Parts: sequence; structure tokens; C-alpha cells
Amino acid sequence: MSLLTYMAARLFAMGAVGLARFVTGVRPDWRGCQPQAKQRVYFANHASHGDFVLIWTVLPNALRAATRPVAAQDYWGGDGLRGFIGRAVFNAVLIERIPSQDKPHPLDVIKKALAEGCSLILFPEGTRNMGDAPLLPFKSGLYHLASARPEAEFVPVWIDNLSRVMPKGHFLPIPLLCSVTFGAPMTLRAGESKDVFLARARAALLALKPNGVCA
Amino acid sequence: MIQPQEMIWLSLGVAGVLIVATAIGQGLARRDGANPVIENLNQRIFAWWVMVGLLAIAFLFGKGGVTLLFAFASFSALREFLTLTPTRRGDHWALLAVFFIGLPVQYYLVWTDWYGLYSIFIPVYAFLILPIIAALSGDSTRFLERIAFVQWGLMICVFCVSHVPALLSLPILGFEGKQLLLIAYLVIVVQGSDVLQYVFGKLMGRRKVAPALSPSKTWEGLLGGIASATALGAALWWITPFSPLQAAGFSFVICVMGFCGGLVMSAIKRDRGVKDWGRMIEGHGGMLDRLDSVIFAAPIFFHMTRYWFTV
Repeated sequence: MSLLTYMAARLFAMGAVGLARFVTGVRPDWRGCQPQAKQRVYFANHASHGDFVLIWTVLPNALRAATRPVAAQDYWGGDGLRGFIGRAVFNAVLIERIPSQDKPHPLDVIKKALAEGCSLILFPEGTRNMGDAPLLPFKSGLYHLASARPEAEFVPVWIDNLSRVMPKGHFLPIPLLCSVTFGAPMTLRAGESKDVFLARARAALLALKPNGVCA
Repeated sequence: MIQPQEMIWLSLGVAGVLIVATAIGQGLARRDGANPVIENLNQRIFAWWVMVGLLAIAFLFGKGGVTLLFAFASFSALREFLTLTPTRRGDHWALLAVFFIGLPVQYYLVWTDWYGLYSIFIPVYAFLILPIIAALSGDSTRFLERIAFVQWGLMICVFCVSHVPALLSLPILGFEGKQLLLIAYLVIVVQGSDVLQYVFGKLMGRRKVAPALSPSKTWEGLLGGIASATALGAALWWITPFSPLQAAGFSFVICVMGFCGGLVMSAIKRDRGVKDWGRMIEGHGGMLDRLDSVIFAAPIFFHMTRYWFTV
């Protein structure tokens, strides 16, 4: 990365964080853990393109640099502005949505990033939730990562209200308060099956959802 | 901007009160540090230093500074209010219009002294145009409820709050160039009443005024707070165009309005199932938790002053 790209990326990141704070007044609620320099996988609900910006915004500076979002190669990996944001600004771990023979398997890419020691932000629903259900079923990737990297802490993160700030199909955000709640870290228990672990992780995430005052 | 002579004495007085409050708060914390009430008290006092500091800086910049400060207060209040509003996707354009047209235009009109328009811009134009925007988006589910919420938010958070900087444009004979003192007076009396109600309530509050709405409002706090804040307002007559007796009357009215504002906003919070509007101001809650009394007092204070004291 050239120095110019690097500086442009840092500037863009500061702008994104500032804008996120101004529009959403976001405050972190570290309910189940404290912001610490441990290897963590933050897994969150996903209803808006701005989700990982919001988590990134509330992380302290020192942790932000070591925390990479997992994002779709086809959307955030191109050559244009989105590619710049995905690669240079957020240093995303880019994966293929659909595994294919000639490309590296998404799980291997994520495992490699974990092996390098960085923390991750990922959305285990696998896609943006556009419906009325609060949380979609989880894909199995979370389980495979937990068994591949048992020493990492898996932290559930509930992002509230951002889908109202940026509804689908609208570009301009409405200023509304958002919150980001961090739950208690969890790890794979000895002998725990895939379905049991995924159900436990999903329940832990749902438990952080504030009681709905908004319809 | 050149400050009126009275402002210097007022600033020294406010700073003195805050220093005494800080000393008492720290003393209490040393004696009984683990008490959550005292911890909250000290958070509140610290937040007061910040709020008074911001107001002082805005005063130094004169009209532009004060207008900008209250525009930001309106923005934060509106953001809190609409967060608790059950809006739908169909409200997107109406909400954008409220934030990015309604709010800035209202403050621009206040800044340019256009009384004829800023006094009707929201009650007439926004009132009629917002439901049109919402209707054009084609979603009729809970239509009246949704549009009423947005309009109420705009009236409370923008229209009412904008009457604080609007005080600067009142042409009062013999009071030219001193209108900043009217803002200081309004804020000191109304917020002083809140603080004094809190103090009287904490020291001797027993009988609740409205247990269904607010657990913290007591008759002892209400009467003690309003009586002492009215006395404070009368004692500050020398920074206003009013006589001491008139100052007492004005203070009494704005203190009662402030109290009722707190009650109304509590009723909304109860209905929406929250304790505070937000978490913006440490120890106090959100912007609306701190501003509720000023919101209900400011337009009345503005119009009473305008009716009886302007040329």
C-alpha cells in the first residue's frame, strides 16, 4: 500500500467514525466483558451495510487496528471506492460468498487470518436480515472457527436500531440513536456438537437485544 | 462580542455556586463514597460545569454562537425523541425533511430575526407539508399516529427550543444589546428551579405528586423548589428589564411551566418504557431529560416578554 493510499485510508476511517458518532450518537455497552487486547471473534446481527463501521467505531483505537471485519469479496474486494474501503480502510478479510474449486475456501481464509492473531468481526447469519425476524439462523462457519481456534474468545455483539437509520434502498441516513452491546465471551465446550454450540451462540446474541420500544 | 456589565457578576455568581456545589459533592463522596445517590450527584455537578462552559463559550460568540448551540441541542433532542417513535420505512422522507430542512431552516430564520416566519414556519408550513410527504410515500398503516409523533417531536425539540435564541431578537426599549441576559435569566431560573426541586426533594421529599408518572417528584420538592427559584428570579431582577415584582411573577410562571414540562415528558417516557431519553449527559440522562423544563418555559417566557416589554 502506498503512503498516499495509507493516509487517504486513515482519513477516510476518521471521517467514517466521526460521521457514525454524529448520526447515531453510538455508545458501547460492555455488558459481558471489557475492551481488552485478547484475540476475539465479535459475532453480530446484520441488518445494514453500516454494521461493521458501528462496531469498529465503539472499539478503542488500540483494538480497532487489530480487528478485521469479514466481508464479501465480490462486494468489498473490487477496484473502485468499495474496494478501497474494504481493503485499505477496514483491512477486511475478504471471502467468496459461494465456495468454488479454483478460489480458496472461505473458512480457510478466515482461519488463516485467525492464525495470524488478529481479531475478527463477522456476521454469522451470512447475509443481511431484511425481514421482521430479529435474527436469522446461523451458518455453521462460527462453529468451525470455534473448533479450529479454541483459545479465541467468541463475543456476541447486538447492534440496535441501525437498520432504521439506513433502511434498505435509501442512501441518506436518518439521525437516530444506536447502541452496541457486548455480551459475555464464549468458547466451544468439550464435546459440544455443532447444533448445540450454534444454538447457544444465537441465544446469547438474542439475549442482548433491548426490549423493543420501537415497532 | 462585548458582554453587558451584568454578565460579569452573573458569571462570577454561577462559578461560585458551582465551586460550592463541587466542594459539597466531594465532601459527601469522601464521607460516603459508595453511595450511588452521591456518585450520581457528583456526575451531575461535573456535567453542569461542562454545560455552563459551553453556554459561556457560545455567549462569547454572541448571537451566532448561541443560535448554533441551541440548534445542536435541538438536533440531539430530536434524535432522542424520534428514536423512541414507532416510525416505519414509509416515514423516511418525512424524517429526512425534519432533520435536514425543518431544523436548519427554523434556526436560520431565528438567526435572521424573521419573527413573522419563524413563529409560523413549523406550526403552519411543516404541519401541513409533513403529512403530505408521508402520504405520498403510500403507507397508510397507523398513519395518524406516525405523523402525530413526528410533528410533536418537531414542535417540542425544534420549535420550542428555538425560542431561547429567539430572545436575542426582542427589541426592548432601554435594553438594547443586553438580550443575552434574558437567555441567562431564563436558563438560571428554570434550571435553578430543577436543581432546587431536586435538592428539596432529596432532603425532605415524602409525598409524591404524580406517582404514576414520576417516582422522584414530591410535593416538598415542588413547593420548596418553585418558591426558592421564584425568590432567585426576583433577586435577579437587575439583569432584566423587569421590576422586582414583575421578575417574581415571570419566574413563578416559568418555574411552573418547567415543572409541568418535566411531568409531560415523564409521561411520554413511561409510555415508551424508558427511564431516560438517552445517555448523552453523564448523571442526567439524555438532552431531553435536561431540557424538558426549558422547552415548556421558553416560548411562554418569550411571548410574555414580547407582549409586555417590546416596542
